[in-house]
Amino acid sequence: MSAPAIETSGLVKIFGANRAVDGVDLTVPAGTVYGLLGPNGAGKTTVVRMLATLLRPDGGSARVFGSDIVSAADAVRARVSLTGQFASVDEDLTGAENLVLLARLLGHSRPRARERAARLLEAFGLTEAADRQVKKYSGGMRRRLDIGASILSTPDLLFLDEPTTGLDPRSRNQVWDIIRVVVANGTTVLLTTQYLDEADRLAGRIAVIDHGRVIAEGTPGELKSSVGAGTIHVRIRDAGRRAAAERILAATLETAVELDADPVALTARAAGSEQGAAERAARALAALATAGIVVDDFSLGQPSLDEVFMALTDRAPEPQEVTA
Amino acid sequence: MSTTTSDLEAPVAYTPSAETLAAVLTRDERPRRPSALSASLTFGWRAILKIKHVPEQLFDVTAFPIIMTLMFTYLFGGALAGSTGEYLQFFLPGIMVTSVVMITMYTGVGLNTDIEKGVFDRFRTLPVWRPAALVGMIFGDVLRYILAAAVIMCVGLALGFRPAGGVTGVVAAIGLLVVFSFAFSWVWTMFGLLLRSEKSVMGVSMLVLMPLTFLSNVFVDPRTMPGWLQAFVEVNPISHLVTGVRSMMAGAWNPAEITWTLIASAAFVLIFGTLTMRLYNRR
Repeated sequence: MSAPAIETSGLVKIFGANRAVDGVDLTVPAGTVYGLLGPNGAGKTTVVRMLATLLRPDGGSARVFGSDIVSAADAVRARVSLTGQFASVDEDLTGAENLVLLARLLGHSRPRARERAARLLEAFGLTEAADRQVKKYSGGMRRRLDIGASILSTPDLLFLDEPTTGLDPRSRNQVWDIIRVVVANGTTVLLTTQYLDEADRLAGRIAVIDHGRVIAEGTPGELKSSVGAGTIHVRIRDAGRRAAAERILAATLETAVELDADPVALTARAAGSEQGAAERAARALAALATAGIVVDDFSLGQPSLDEVFMALTDRAPEPQEVTA
Repeated sequence: MSTTTSDLEAPVAYTPSAETLAAVLTRDERPRRPSALSASLTFGWRAILKIKHVPEQLFDVTAFPIIMTLMFTYLFGGALAGSTGEYLQFFLPGIMVTSVVMITMYTGVGLNTDIEKGVFDRFRTLPVWRPAALVGMIFGDVLRYILAAAVIMCVGLALGFRPAGGVTGVVAAIGLLVVFSFAFSWVWTMFGLLLRSEKSVMGVSMLVLMPLTFLSNVFVDPRTMPGWLQAFVEVNPISHLVTGVRSMMAGAWNPAEITWTLIASAAFVLIFGTLTMRLYNRR
């Protein structure tokens, strides 16, 4: 078995009086998507910038495929690529020029660089925009070019720092599809995100970061079951029966029931173990039917990562992001 | 506030295809790491592309030198040498040095704005010779220096400057000036990385450049100056450069001054290049 893609121990970065990263231990197995989840300013970007050799740690150590990020920075650089939070491409240049430039810097001959750029532009649906300046690209196009630039020389480890922040839903889905193909091809991805469903959809394991520390780590499923059994969502046919439904649910589920903004919807947090929750949910559904309340939709779901996140961090996200 | 309507968005939505993407994700060949020179030249090509896309940035290497030359020739010419034509023979090499050395400060300003953008993050994670991005950037600036020098020479010739050193002398003199300017640019890359904003880089640049260019032998003969000022002019590298350039254009090469200038250039690269790279790596 080869070395893990990333292994950090006690990683620290201090900016002035701010311990932006305060003792982070991570192990990212090769060939997976690993999510770093946290609010703005949690230290995600700083961790990535240290691992990508852009920042020197103030304490602790980190290895990427067994190479130390400080003493063997060049060996690390040869195997990683970074798609930063802000487009890591030159806005004054055209899409094609950006890719040719980087391909040349990676050591490709001029004809090979042009050919490689053309193939990447095609794969990312940017052939028509190849000769336009990047500053005229839309957000989604720019992000695609950015990721294309990161896989010019297929990296073993790809850092994606908030790859979908600011993108519309369609562009976001495109980026997700691209990430899946890249991982299926054998590249390890370290993904930072503040979108919980993004980590849920893509990442095999997630570390939740807050105030520069890892406060939870595990598979998305493990993280969810750590905060409880889940949530029951009910939609009834007749809005007039909602009060009755609320009483029945509260009695059978033995928990508080919330009335949603939608006048026919109710939500309850299922207490106890997962199995107990399922049984109680079944009883609640039966009780509703007995009372003659028509149920259009009834679901017992795992808690969303949103709920996990709130339970773990216990605070609203802060407005500013620490970047350096 | 007006919103820019963009008709550039591709009308057909892009759908990533697993096959075409997988096809570009090859692991078969990994090219050899480019040499230091090749990487620097590639970054130089980036600088040229930027000039191609934003040609307005050539304004400062064309209009500014022309104005400098015309302004000082007609301002001082009559008073200092009896006629503008006479003055030009003495003054043109000096104003060429002044203009080009002043243009070097844009290296720092450019780097300061450039490095704030995400693209430098990518450059710094590439496994290439570390100084290449900065060396390439200065290579691009060297082109601008050459252009500025050529513009001033044309203006000078049109106004009546007649270099006795001929084409060889003029070309060699511009060569010396460009070598010095290349070396001097590293002062500005250091400030460009050290200071927080473009404005502060400008401020510091002017603070250094004004005394350095004016308190020299560019405009007048230092023998008319008080002793303490003569002492400064004597050690000012610009004075040595100007004397060297003048001697080459006049066809009577002054090897001592030329050597002095080349040694000063090497020292600038050594000292400020090292400081720049230390800052660049720490950022």
